[in-house]
Amino acid sequence: MDMSKDLVAASATPLVLAILAEGDSYGYAIIKRVAELSGGHLQWTDGMLYPVLHRLERQGHVAAKWSASENGRRRRYYRITREGRAQLAAQRQQWQVVDGTLRGIWMNACTA
Amino acid sequence: MTTFADRPLEEQIAQWRAYVRRRPALHGPDVEELEGHLRDQLAALTKAGLAGDEAFLVAVKRMGSLDALSREFARAHSERLWKQLVMAPGAADESPNRTRAETLVVLILAVAAAVAIKVPELFGVRLGRGGDPPFYARNASLFVLPLLTIYFLWKRGSEVVSGLWLALPFAAAALFANVYPFRTGGDTEVLTALHSPIALWLAVGFAYVRSRRFADGGRMDFVRFSGELAIYYVLIALGGVVFTGFTMMMFRAIEMNAEWLAQGWLIPCGAAGAVIIASWLVEAKKSVIENMAPVLTRLFTPLFTLLLLVFLATMVWTGSPINVKREVLIGFDLLLVLVVGLLLYAASARDPQAPPDFFDGLQLLLVVSALVVDGVALTAIAARISEFGFTPNRVAALGENLILLVNLAWSAWLYACFLRHRGSFGALERWQMAYLPVYSVWAALVVVLFPPVFGYR
Repeated sequence: MDMSKDLVAASATPLVLAILAEGDSYGYAIIKRVAELSGGHLQWTDGMLYPVLHRLERQGHVAAKWSASENGRRRRYYRITREGRAQLAAQRQQWQVVDGTLRGIWMNACTA
Repeated sequence: MTTFADRPLEEQIAQWRAYVRRRPALHGPDVEELEGHLRDQLAALTKAGLAGDEAFLVAVKRMGSLDALSREFARAHSERLWKQLVMAPGAADESPNRTRAETLVVLILAVAAAVAIKVPELFGVRLGRGGDPPFYARNASLFVLPLLTIYFLWKRGSEVVSGLWLALPFAAAALFANVYPFRTGGDTEVLTALHSPIALWLAVGFAYVRSRRFADGGRMDFVRFSGELAIYYVLIALGGVVFTGFTMMMFRAIEMNAEWLAQGWLIPCGAAGAVIIASWLVEAKKSVIENMAPVLTRLFTPLFTLLLLVFLATMVWTGSPINVKREVLIGFDLLLVLVVGLLLYAASARDPQAPPDFFDGLQLLLVVSALVVDGVALTAIAARISEFGFTPNRVAALGENLILLVNLAWSAWLYACFLRHRGSFGALERWQMAYLPVYSVWAALVVVLFPPVFGYR
Protein backbone atom coordinates (compact mmCIF):
# COMPACT_ATOMS: atom_id res chain seq x y z
CA MET A 1 0.00 0.00 0.00
CA ASP A 2 1.36 3.39 -0.99
CA MET A 3 0.75 5.94 1.75
CA SER A 4 0.31 9.57 0.80
CA LYS A 5 3.40 11.66 1.45
CA ASP A 6 1.52 14.21 3.52
CA LEU A 7 0.09 11.58 5.77
CA VAL A 8 3.51 10.00 6.30
CA ALA A 9 4.96 13.39 7.13
CA ALA A 10 2.12 14.29 9.49
CA SER A 11 2.32 11.01 11.35
CA ALA A 12 6.10 11.15 11.73
CA THR A 13 6.15 13.40 14.80
CA PRO A 14 3.67 11.44 16.95
CA LEU A 15 5.23 8.15 15.88
CA VAL A 16 8.77 9.19 16.76
CA LEU A 17 7.64 10.67 20.07
CA ALA A 18 5.62 7.58 20.90
CA ILE A 19 8.53 5.25 20.13
CA LEU A 20 10.86 7.37 22.24
CA ALA A 21 8.29 7.32 25.03
CA GLU A 22 8.85 3.56 25.14
CA GLY A 23 12.53 4.15 25.82
CA ASP A 24 15.65 5.93 24.53
CA SER A 25 16.58 4.98 21.01
CA TYR A 26 18.53 5.94 17.89
CA GLY A 27 17.69 6.54 14.25
CA TYR A 28 18.13 3.10 12.76
CA ALA A 29 16.29 1.40 15.63
CA ILE A 30 13.40 3.88 15.38
CA ILE A 31 12.95 3.09 11.68
CA LYS A 32 13.03 -0.62 12.39
CA ARG A 33 10.46 -0.17 15.13
CA VAL A 34 8.15 1.79 12.81
CA ALA A 35 8.33 -0.92 10.16
CA GLU A 36 7.66 -3.55 12.79
CA LEU A 37 4.68 -1.71 14.33
CA SER A 38 3.07 -0.98 10.98
CA GLY A 39 3.67 -4.47 9.67
CA GLY A 40 5.86 -2.97 6.96
CA HIS A 41 3.11 -0.69 5.63
CA LEU A 42 4.74 2.52 6.81
CA GLN A 43 7.98 2.78 4.86
CA TRP A 44 9.94 5.93 5.50
CA THR A 45 12.77 7.09 3.36
CA ASP A 46 15.47 6.39 5.95
CA GLY A 47 17.31 9.70 5.71
CA MET A 48 14.18 11.75 6.25
CA LEU A 49 13.90 10.62 9.86
CA TYR A 50 16.95 12.65 10.85
CA PRO A 51 15.65 16.11 9.93
CA VAL A 52 12.50 15.21 11.89
CA LEU A 53 14.57 14.21 14.92
CA HIS A 54 16.63 17.37 14.68
CA ARG A 55 13.55 19.54 14.44
CA LEU A 56 12.06 17.85 17.51
CA GLU A 57 15.34 18.44 19.29
CA ARG A 58 15.25 22.15 18.49
CA GLN A 59 11.69 22.37 19.70
CA GLY A 60 12.83 20.76 22.93
CA HIS A 61 10.62 17.70 22.54
CA VAL A 62 13.57 15.34 22.50
CA ALA A 63 17.12 15.54 23.80
CA ALA A 64 20.09 13.93 22.09
CA LYS A 65 23.53 12.84 23.13
CA TRP A 66 26.40 10.99 21.54
CA SER A 67 27.44 7.83 23.27
CA ALA A 68 29.36 4.73 22.37
CA SER A 69 27.38 1.93 20.77
CA GLU A 70 27.96 -1.79 21.20
CA ASN A 71 30.36 -1.86 18.24
CA GLY A 72 32.71 0.93 19.21
CA ARG A 73 31.56 3.75 16.91
CA ARG A 74 29.65 6.55 18.55
CA ARG A 75 25.97 6.87 17.96
CA ARG A 76 23.44 9.59 18.65
CA TYR A 77 20.79 8.52 21.16
CA TYR A 78 17.52 10.38 21.55
CA ARG A 79 15.42 10.71 24.71
CA ILE A 80 11.94 12.20 25.03
CA THR A 81 11.69 15.26 27.31
CA ARG A 82 8.86 16.43 29.53
CA GLU A 83 7.73 18.87 26.83
CA GLY A 84 7.91 16.00 24.38
CA ARG A 85 5.54 13.95 26.48
CA ALA A 86 3.11 16.85 26.69
CA GLN A 87 3.36 17.28 22.94
CA LEU A 88 2.74 13.57 22.45
CA ALA A 89 -0.37 13.74 24.62
CA ALA A 90 -1.67 16.71 22.61
CA GLN A 91 -0.99 15.01 19.30
CA ARG A 92 -2.60 11.86 20.56
CA GLN A 93 -5.82 13.75 21.30
CA GLN A 94 -5.78 15.34 17.85
CA TRP A 95 -5.26 12.01 16.11
CA GLN A 96 -8.03 10.46 18.18
CA VAL A 97 -10.40 13.18 16.99
CA VAL A 98 -9.45 12.51 13.37
CA ASP A 99 -9.65 8.77 13.88
CA GLY A 100 -13.01 8.99 15.67
CA THR A 101 -14.51 11.21 13.00
CA LEU A 102 -13.37 8.98 10.16
CA ARG A 103 -14.59 5.90 11.98
CA GLY A 104 -17.99 7.48 12.49
CA ILE A 105 -18.48 8.42 8.88
CA TRP A 106 -17.21 5.11 7.53
CA MET A 107 -19.39 3.20 9.95
CA ASN A 108 -22.42 5.11 8.67
CA ALA A 109 -21.37 4.41 5.10
CA CYS A 110 -21.25 0.70 5.87
CA THR A 111 -24.63 0.58 7.58
CA ALA A 112 -26.36 2.89 5.10
CA MET B 1 27.47 0.55 13.37
CA THR B 2 30.02 -1.80 12.13
CA THR B 3 33.31 -1.56 10.37
CA PHE B 4 33.36 -3.97 7.48
CA ALA B 5 36.13 -6.37 6.62
CA ASP B 6 34.97 -5.98 3.01
CA ARG B 7 37.48 -3.41 1.64
CA PRO B 8 35.52 -2.32 -1.47
CA LEU B 9 32.49 -1.73 0.73
CA GLU B 10 34.49 0.51 3.05
CA GLU B 11 35.68 2.43 0.00
CA GLN B 12 32.14 2.86 -1.24
CA ILE B 13 31.12 4.15 2.17
CA ALA B 14 34.02 6.59 2.15
CA GLN B 15 32.98 7.85 -1.28
CA TRP B 16 29.40 8.24 -0.16
CA ARG B 17 30.57 10.15 2.93
CA ALA B 18 32.69 12.53 0.86
CA TYR B 19 29.74 13.10 -1.45
CA VAL B 20 27.32 13.84 1.38
CA ARG B 21 29.82 16.15 3.09
CA ARG B 22 29.74 18.48 0.14
CA ARG B 23 26.16 19.43 0.99
CA PRO B 24 26.28 22.77 2.80
CA ALA B 25 23.15 22.05 4.85
CA LEU B 26 24.68 18.87 6.25
CA HIS B 27 27.30 19.37 8.92
CA GLY B 28 29.95 16.93 10.13
CA PRO B 29 27.93 15.36 12.97
CA ASP B 30 24.88 14.91 10.69
CA VAL B 31 27.02 13.06 8.18
CA GLU B 32 28.40 10.88 10.96
CA GLU B 33 24.89 10.11 12.14
CA LEU B 34 23.73 9.25 8.63
CA GLU B 35 26.82 7.13 8.07
CA GLY B 36 26.09 5.25 11.27
CA HIS B 37 22.61 4.57 9.95
CA LEU B 38 24.01 3.38 6.62
CA ARG B 39 26.38 1.02 8.39
CA ASP B 40 23.61 -0.41 10.58
CA GLN B 41 21.51 -0.94 7.50
CA LEU B 42 24.41 -2.56 5.64
CA ALA B 43 25.13 -4.87 8.56
CA ALA B 44 21.49 -6.01 8.60
CA LEU B 45 21.39 -6.50 4.83
CA THR B 46 24.63 -8.47 4.60
CA LYS B 47 23.48 -10.59 7.50
CA ALA B 48 20.32 -11.31 5.51
CA GLY B 49 22.56 -12.69 2.79
CA LEU B 50 23.15 -9.81 0.36
CA ALA B 51 26.62 -9.33 -1.12
CA GLY B 52 28.48 -6.16 -0.15
CA ASP B 53 27.76 -4.08 -3.27
CA GLU B 54 24.12 -5.21 -3.45
CA ALA B 55 23.67 -4.25 0.18
CA PHE B 56 25.26 -0.88 -0.51
CA LEU B 57 22.89 -0.15 -3.38
CA VAL B 58 19.84 -1.03 -1.31
CA ALA B 59 21.02 0.91 1.74
CA VAL B 60 21.78 4.05 -0.26
CA LYS B 61 18.46 3.80 -2.07
CA ARG B 62 16.60 3.53 1.22
CA MET B 63 18.44 6.58 2.51
CA GLY B 64 16.56 8.57 -0.11
CA SER B 65 17.50 11.35 -2.50
CA LEU B 66 20.25 13.57 -1.16
CA ASP B 67 18.64 16.67 -2.65
CA ALA B 68 15.43 16.11 -0.75
CA LEU B 69 17.39 15.20 2.34
CA SER B 70 19.56 18.30 2.35
CA ARG B 71 16.45 20.40 1.68
CA GLU B 72 14.84 18.93 4.78
CA PHE B 73 18.00 19.49 6.80
CA ALA B 74 18.12 23.08 5.62
CA ARG B 75 14.52 23.49 6.72
CA ALA B 76 15.19 22.01 10.14
CA HIS B 77 18.29 24.20 10.54
CA SER B 78 17.42 27.32 8.60
CA GLU B 79 20.34 29.18 10.16
CA ARG B 80 22.77 26.93 8.35
CA LEU B 81 22.04 28.56 5.06
CA TRP B 82 23.36 31.73 6.68
CA LYS B 83 25.93 30.33 8.98
CA GLN B 84 28.18 29.36 6.12
CA LEU B 85 29.49 32.86 6.64
CA VAL B 86 31.63 31.61 9.51
CA MET B 87 35.05 30.29 8.72
CA ALA B 88 34.86 26.52 8.54
CA PRO B 89 37.33 24.08 7.02
CA GLY B 90 34.70 22.89 4.60
CA ALA B 91 36.57 21.76 1.55
CA ALA B 92 37.86 18.23 1.68
CA ASP B 93 41.31 19.23 0.44
CA GLU B 94 41.89 21.61 3.34
CA SER B 95 42.77 19.99 6.59
CA PRO B 96 42.03 21.83 9.86
CA ASN B 97 45.79 22.16 10.34
CA ARG B 98 46.19 23.99 7.08
CA THR B 99 43.32 26.31 8.00
CA ARG B 100 44.90 27.07 11.33
CA ALA B 101 48.28 27.72 9.73
CA GLU B 102 46.64 30.04 7.24
CA THR B 103 44.89 31.99 10.00
CA LEU B 104 48.23 32.43 11.70
CA VAL B 105 50.03 33.50 8.52
CA VAL B 106 47.29 36.00 7.72
CA LEU B 107 47.35 37.48 11.21
CA ILE B 108 51.13 37.82 11.12
CA LEU B 109 51.03 39.48 7.68
CA ALA B 110 48.22 41.84 8.71
CA VAL B 111 50.13 42.90 11.80
CA ALA B 112 53.26 43.25 9.66
CA ALA B 113 51.36 45.57 7.29
CA ALA B 114 50.15 47.63 10.23
CA VAL B 115 53.67 47.84 11.64
CA ALA B 116 55.19 48.63 8.23
CA ILE B 117 53.08 51.77 8.05
CA LYS B 118 54.64 52.96 11.33
CA VAL B 119 58.24 52.03 10.51
CA PRO B 120 59.11 55.26 8.66
CA GLU B 121 58.27 57.15 11.86
CA LEU B 122 61.30 55.56 13.47
CA PHE B 123 63.33 57.49 10.93
CA GLY B 124 61.50 60.71 11.61
CA VAL B 125 59.11 60.59 8.64
CA ARG B 126 55.82 61.32 10.32
CA LEU B 127 52.33 60.77 9.05
CA GLY B 128 49.68 63.41 9.61
CA ARG B 129 50.10 67.04 10.57
CA GLY B 130 53.66 68.36 10.41
CA GLY B 131 54.78 65.14 8.75
CA ASP B 132 55.43 64.09 5.19
CA PRO B 133 52.12 62.93 3.67
CA PRO B 134 53.49 62.90 0.09
CA PHE B 135 56.03 60.28 1.15
CA TYR B 136 53.22 58.06 2.36
CA ALA B 137 51.13 58.71 -0.73
CA ARG B 138 53.98 57.75 -3.09
CA ASN B 139 54.76 54.62 -1.12
CA ALA B 140 51.25 53.61 -0.01
CA SER B 141 51.13 50.43 -2.07
CA LEU B 142 54.61 49.41 -0.95
CA PHE B 143 53.56 49.00 2.65
CA VAL B 144 50.89 46.43 1.86
CA LEU B 145 51.14 44.86 -1.60
CA PRO B 146 54.46 43.05 -0.99
CA LEU B 147 52.90 41.39 2.06
CA LEU B 148 49.83 40.48 0.05
CA THR B 149 52.12 38.97 -2.59
CA ILE B 150 53.88 36.97 0.11
CA TYR B 151 50.53 35.68 1.29
CA PHE B 152 49.64 34.39 -2.16
CA LEU B 153 53.11 32.96 -2.72
CA TRP B 154 52.72 31.07 0.54
CA LYS B 155 49.17 30.02 -0.19
CA ARG B 156 49.97 28.74 -3.68
CA GLY B 157 53.12 27.06 -2.45
CA SER B 158 55.34 28.86 -4.94
CA GLU B 159 59.10 28.43 -4.91
CA VAL B 160 61.35 31.02 -3.34
CA VAL B 161 62.90 31.82 -6.72
CA SER B 162 59.64 33.04 -8.22
CA GLY B 163 59.11 35.08 -5.07
CA LEU B 164 62.44 36.78 -5.67
CA TRP B 165 61.44 37.60 -9.25
CA LEU B 166 58.28 39.23 -7.92
CA ALA B 167 60.35 41.30 -5.50
CA LEU B 168 61.85 43.12 -8.49
CA PRO B 169 58.83 45.27 -9.43
CA PHE B 170 58.39 46.31 -5.81
CA ALA B 171 62.04 47.26 -5.50
CA ALA B 172 61.77 49.23 -8.74
CA ALA B 173 58.62 51.01 -7.54
CA ALA B 174 60.34 51.93 -4.28
CA LEU B 175 63.30 53.24 -6.22
CA PHE B 176 61.29 55.40 -8.62
CA ALA B 177 59.02 56.71 -5.89
CA ASN B 178 61.86 57.85 -3.67
CA VAL B 179 64.83 58.66 -5.88
CA TYR B 180 63.14 61.08 -8.28
CA PRO B 181 63.44 64.67 -7.00
CA PHE B 182 59.73 65.47 -7.08
CA ARG B 183 58.56 69.01 -6.47
CA THR B 184 56.38 68.60 -3.38
CA GLY B 185 52.71 68.45 -4.30
CA GLY B 186 53.55 68.51 -8.01
CA ASP B 187 51.48 66.79 -10.68
CA THR B 188 54.05 64.07 -11.40
CA GLU B 189 54.20 63.17 -7.72
CA VAL B 190 50.44 62.75 -7.58
CA LEU B 191 50.55 60.70 -10.78
CA THR B 192 53.17 58.39 -9.28
CA ALA B 193 51.08 57.94 -6.15
CA LEU B 194 48.02 57.05 -8.26
CA HIS B 195 49.71 54.82 -10.80
CA SER B 196 52.17 52.72 -8.84
CA PRO B 197 49.41 50.64 -7.14
CA ILE B 198 47.92 49.89 -10.59
CA ALA B 199 51.30 48.80 -11.92
CA LEU B 200 52.08 46.71 -8.85
CA TRP B 201 48.68 45.05 -8.86
CA LEU B 202 49.99 43.02 -11.79
CA ALA B 203 52.71 41.59 -9.54
CA VAL B 204 50.04 40.61 -7.00
CA GLY B 205 48.17 39.01 -9.89
CA PHE B 206 51.20 36.94 -10.83
CA ALA B 207 51.45 35.66 -7.28
CA TYR B 208 47.70 35.03 -7.19
CA VAL B 209 47.56 32.82 -10.28
CA ARG B 210 51.01 31.31 -9.87
CA SER B 211 50.04 27.75 -10.59
CA ARG B 212 48.24 28.72 -13.77
CA ARG B 213 50.93 30.93 -15.25
CA PHE B 214 48.54 33.82 -15.70
CA ALA B 215 46.56 31.83 -18.23
CA ASP B 216 43.19 33.28 -19.12
CA GLY B 217 41.20 31.27 -16.59
CA GLY B 218 43.55 32.44 -13.86
CA ARG B 219 43.24 36.04 -14.98
CA MET B 220 39.48 35.90 -14.76
CA ASP B 221 39.79 34.53 -11.24
CA PHE B 222 42.08 37.39 -10.38
CA VAL B 223 39.56 39.88 -11.77
CA ARG B 224 36.86 38.28 -9.63
CA PHE B 225 39.17 38.39 -6.64
CA SER B 226 39.91 42.08 -7.21
CA GLY B 227 36.23 42.98 -7.36
CA GLU B 228 35.33 41.04 -4.26
CA LEU B 229 38.35 42.46 -2.45
CA ALA B 230 37.18 45.99 -3.19
CA ILE B 231 33.73 45.19 -1.80
CA TYR B 232 35.05 43.50 1.33
CA TYR B 233 37.49 46.32 1.87
CA VAL B 234 34.72 48.91 1.74
CA LEU B 235 32.69 46.86 4.22
CA ILE B 236 35.62 46.55 6.61
CA ALA B 237 36.32 50.26 6.20
CA LEU B 238 32.72 51.03 7.20
CA GLY B 239 33.23 48.97 10.33
CA GLY B 240 36.49 50.82 10.93
CA VAL B 241 34.74 54.17 10.70
CA VAL B 242 32.23 53.10 13.34
CA PHE B 243 35.02 51.76 15.54
CA THR B 244 37.04 54.97 15.26
CA GLY B 245 33.97 57.06 15.95
CA PHE B 246 33.27 55.15 19.15
CA THR B 247 36.91 55.43 20.24
CA MET B 248 36.82 59.21 19.87
CA MET B 249 33.42 59.54 21.52
CA MET B 250 34.26 57.41 24.54
CA PHE B 251 37.55 59.10 25.31
CA ARG B 252 36.00 62.49 24.82
CA ALA B 253 33.51 61.50 27.52
CA ILE B 254 36.39 61.34 30.00
CA GLU B 255 37.84 64.61 28.72
CA MET B 256 40.62 63.04 26.68
CA ASN B 257 41.38 63.71 23.06
CA ALA B 258 42.04 60.47 21.19
CA GLU B 259 42.63 62.18 17.88
CA TRP B 260 46.32 61.23 17.81
CA LEU B 261 45.37 57.61 18.41
CA ALA B 262 42.81 57.60 15.62
CA GLN B 263 44.84 59.51 13.06
CA GLY B 264 48.27 58.15 13.90
CA TRP B 265 47.40 54.54 14.62
CA LEU B 266 43.86 53.30 14.12
CA ILE B 267 43.24 54.61 10.63
CA PRO B 268 46.62 54.00 8.92
CA CYS B 269 47.33 50.67 10.62
CA GLY B 270 43.75 49.52 10.13
CA ALA B 271 43.74 50.52 6.48
CA ALA B 272 46.95 48.56 5.85
CA GLY B 273 46.01 45.45 7.78
CA ALA B 274 42.51 45.38 6.33
CA VAL B 275 43.88 44.72 2.82
CA ILE B 276 45.40 41.44 3.99
CA ILE B 277 42.36 40.48 6.06
CA ALA B 278 39.97 41.30 3.22
CA SER B 279 42.03 39.24 0.76
CA TRP B 280 41.96 36.31 3.13
CA LEU B 281 38.19 36.62 3.56
CA VAL B 282 37.68 36.66 -0.21
CA GLU B 283 39.89 33.60 -0.57
CA ALA B 284 38.14 31.75 2.21
CA LYS B 285 34.64 32.57 1.08
CA LYS B 286 34.85 32.49 -2.66
CA SER B 287 32.92 29.27 -2.84
CA VAL B 288 30.64 30.02 0.06
CA ILE B 289 28.60 33.11 -0.64
CA GLU B 290 27.37 34.62 -3.81
CA ASN B 291 29.92 36.93 -5.34
CA MET B 292 28.82 40.51 -4.94
CA ALA B 293 30.54 42.17 -7.91
CA PRO B 294 28.39 40.44 -10.58
CA VAL B 295 25.28 41.16 -8.55
CA LEU B 296 26.10 44.87 -8.44
CA THR B 297 26.86 44.71 -12.17
CA ARG B 298 23.43 43.33 -12.92
CA LEU B 299 21.84 46.04 -10.80
CA PHE B 300 23.72 48.96 -12.26
CA THR B 301 24.20 48.09 -15.93
CA PRO B 302 20.61 49.09 -16.83
CA LEU B 303 20.84 52.24 -14.70
CA PHE B 304 24.08 53.41 -16.28
CA THR B 305 22.82 52.61 -19.77
CA LEU B 306 19.78 54.73 -19.06
CA LEU B 307 21.91 57.54 -17.66
CA LEU B 308 24.16 57.62 -20.73
CA LEU B 309 21.24 57.55 -23.15
CA VAL B 310 19.39 60.31 -21.33
CA PHE B 311 22.60 62.35 -21.17
CA LEU B 312 23.18 61.97 -24.92
CA ALA B 313 19.58 62.83 -25.70
CA THR B 314 19.72 65.91 -23.50
CA MET B 315 22.95 67.04 -25.09
CA VAL B 316 21.54 66.67 -28.58
CA TRP B 317 18.26 68.30 -27.60
CA THR B 318 19.71 71.34 -25.88
CA GLY B 319 22.84 71.57 -28.02
CA SER B 320 24.91 72.60 -25.00
CA PRO B 321 28.59 71.67 -25.46
CA ILE B 322 30.69 69.92 -22.83
CA ASN B 323 32.26 72.53 -20.62
CA VAL B 324 35.89 71.46 -20.47
CA LYS B 325 37.23 72.04 -17.02
CA ARG B 326 40.16 70.41 -15.30
CA GLU B 327 38.28 67.50 -13.83
CA VAL B 328 36.16 66.69 -16.89
CA LEU B 329 38.85 64.57 -18.53
CA ILE B 330 39.37 62.57 -15.34
CA GLY B 331 35.60 62.24 -15.00
CA PHE B 332 35.24 60.70 -18.44
CA ASP B 333 38.20 58.41 -17.79
CA LEU B 334 36.42 57.18 -14.70
CA LEU B 335 33.26 56.68 -16.72
CA LEU B 336 35.12 54.42 -19.12
CA VAL B 337 36.77 52.55 -16.24
CA LEU B 338 33.32 51.99 -14.82
CA VAL B 339 31.96 50.67 -18.11
CA VAL B 340 34.95 48.35 -18.51
CA GLY B 341 34.33 47.19 -14.95
CA LEU B 342 30.67 46.50 -15.65
CA LEU B 343 31.68 44.60 -18.76
CA LEU B 344 34.33 42.57 -16.91
CA TYR B 345 32.13 41.56 -14.02
CA ALA B 346 29.20 40.76 -16.26
CA ALA B 347 31.58 38.51 -18.19
CA SER B 348 32.93 36.98 -15.00
CA ALA B 349 29.50 35.76 -13.95
CA ARG B 350 28.38 34.65 -17.37
CA ASP B 351 28.39 31.15 -18.75
CA PRO B 352 30.43 31.58 -21.94
CA GLN B 353 28.41 28.82 -23.62
CA ALA B 354 25.02 30.44 -23.05
CA PRO B 355 23.36 32.06 -26.09
CA PRO B 356 22.93 35.86 -26.18
CA ASP B 357 20.06 37.21 -24.12
CA PHE B 358 18.45 40.56 -23.33
CA PHE B 359 21.18 41.50 -20.85
CA ASP B 360 23.85 41.11 -23.53
CA GLY B 361 21.99 43.54 -25.75
CA LEU B 362 21.87 45.95 -22.84
CA GLN B 363 25.63 45.57 -22.33
CA LEU B 364 26.29 46.40 -25.95
CA LEU B 365 24.03 49.43 -25.70
CA LEU B 366 25.93 50.53 -22.61
CA VAL B 367 29.31 50.17 -24.32
CA VAL B 368 28.23 51.95 -27.48
CA SER B 369 26.63 54.85 -25.65
CA ALA B 370 29.72 55.18 -23.44
CA LEU B 371 31.84 55.29 -26.60
CA VAL B 372 29.69 58.04 -28.10
CA VAL B 373 29.73 60.10 -24.90
CA ASP B 374 33.47 59.68 -24.60
CA GLY B 375 33.98 60.61 -28.26
CA VAL B 376 32.11 63.85 -27.72
CA ALA B 377 34.13 64.60 -24.61
CA LEU B 378 37.43 63.77 -26.31
CA THR B 379 36.89 66.18 -29.16
CA ALA B 380 36.18 68.93 -26.66
CA ILE B 381 39.28 68.06 -24.68
CA ALA B 382 41.50 67.78 -27.76
CA ALA B 383 40.52 71.31 -28.68
CA ARG B 384 41.52 72.50 -25.25
CA ILE B 385 44.86 70.72 -25.30
CA SER B 386 45.80 72.18 -28.67
CA GLU B 387 45.01 75.54 -27.16
CA PHE B 388 46.84 75.26 -23.82
CA GLY B 389 49.51 72.65 -24.43
CA PHE B 390 50.45 69.45 -22.62
CA THR B 391 50.69 68.91 -18.90
CA PRO B 392 51.53 65.59 -17.21
CA ASN B 393 47.95 65.29 -15.98
CA ARG B 394 46.44 65.82 -19.41
CA VAL B 395 48.81 63.38 -21.11
CA ALA B 396 48.18 60.73 -18.46
CA ALA B 397 44.42 61.18 -18.65
CA LEU B 398 44.48 61.22 -22.43
CA GLY B 399 46.58 58.06 -22.57
CA GLU B 400 44.22 56.28 -20.23
CA ASN B 401 41.25 57.44 -22.21
CA LEU B 402 42.81 56.09 -25.39
CA ILE B 403 43.62 52.72 -23.82
CA LEU B 404 40.09 52.32 -22.52
CA LEU B 405 38.61 53.53 -25.78
CA VAL B 406 40.51 50.90 -27.76
CA ASN B 407 39.38 48.23 -25.34
CA LEU B 408 35.73 49.28 -25.48
CA ALA B 409 35.63 49.78 -29.23
CA TRP B 410 36.95 46.30 -29.89
CA SER B 411 34.70 44.89 -27.15
CA ALA B 412 31.69 46.50 -28.80
CA TRP B 413 32.68 44.92 -32.11
CA LEU B 414 33.10 41.47 -30.51
CA TYR B 415 29.82 41.91 -28.65
CA ALA B 416 28.02 42.79 -31.85
CA CYS B 417 29.48 39.69 -33.54
CA PHE B 418 28.34 37.59 -30.62
CA LEU B 419 24.82 39.02 -30.70
CA ARG B 420 24.53 38.28 -34.41
CA HIS B 421 25.71 34.72 -33.71
CA ARG B 422 28.87 35.34 -35.71
CA GLY B 423 31.24 34.83 -32.80
CA SER B 424 31.40 33.37 -29.32
CA PHE B 425 31.27 35.10 -25.99
CA GLY B 426 34.59 33.46 -25.22
CA ALA B 427 36.26 35.74 -27.76
CA LEU B 428 35.11 38.81 -25.85
CA GLU B 429 36.27 37.34 -22.57
CA ARG B 430 39.68 36.43 -24.05
CA TRP B 431 40.04 39.96 -25.39
CA GLN B 432 39.30 41.49 -22.00
CA MET B 433 41.73 39.14 -20.29
CA ALA B 434 44.45 39.70 -22.88
CA TYR B 435 44.05 43.44 -22.37
CA LEU B 436 44.52 43.41 -18.59
CA PRO B 437 48.33 43.80 -18.54
CA VAL B 438 48.03 46.89 -20.77
CA TYR B 439 46.64 48.90 -17.85
CA SER B 440 49.51 47.96 -15.60
CA VAL B 441 52.13 48.53 -18.28
CA TRP B 442 50.73 51.99 -18.96
CA ALA B 443 50.69 52.74 -15.22
CA ALA B 444 54.30 51.62 -15.00
CA LEU B 445 55.20 53.92 -17.90
CA VAL B 446 53.57 56.83 -16.09
CA VAL B 447 55.55 56.07 -12.94
CA VAL B 448 58.87 55.58 -14.70
CA LEU B 449 58.83 58.05 -17.59
CA PHE B 450 56.56 60.94 -16.70
CA PRO B 451 58.53 62.54 -13.86
CA PRO B 452 61.79 62.98 -15.85
CA VAL B 453 59.97 63.86 -19.09
CA PHE B 454 57.95 66.57 -17.43
CA GLY B 455 60.79 67.82 -15.25
CA TYR B 456 59.30 66.57 -11.92
CA ARG B 457 56.67 69.31 -12.05
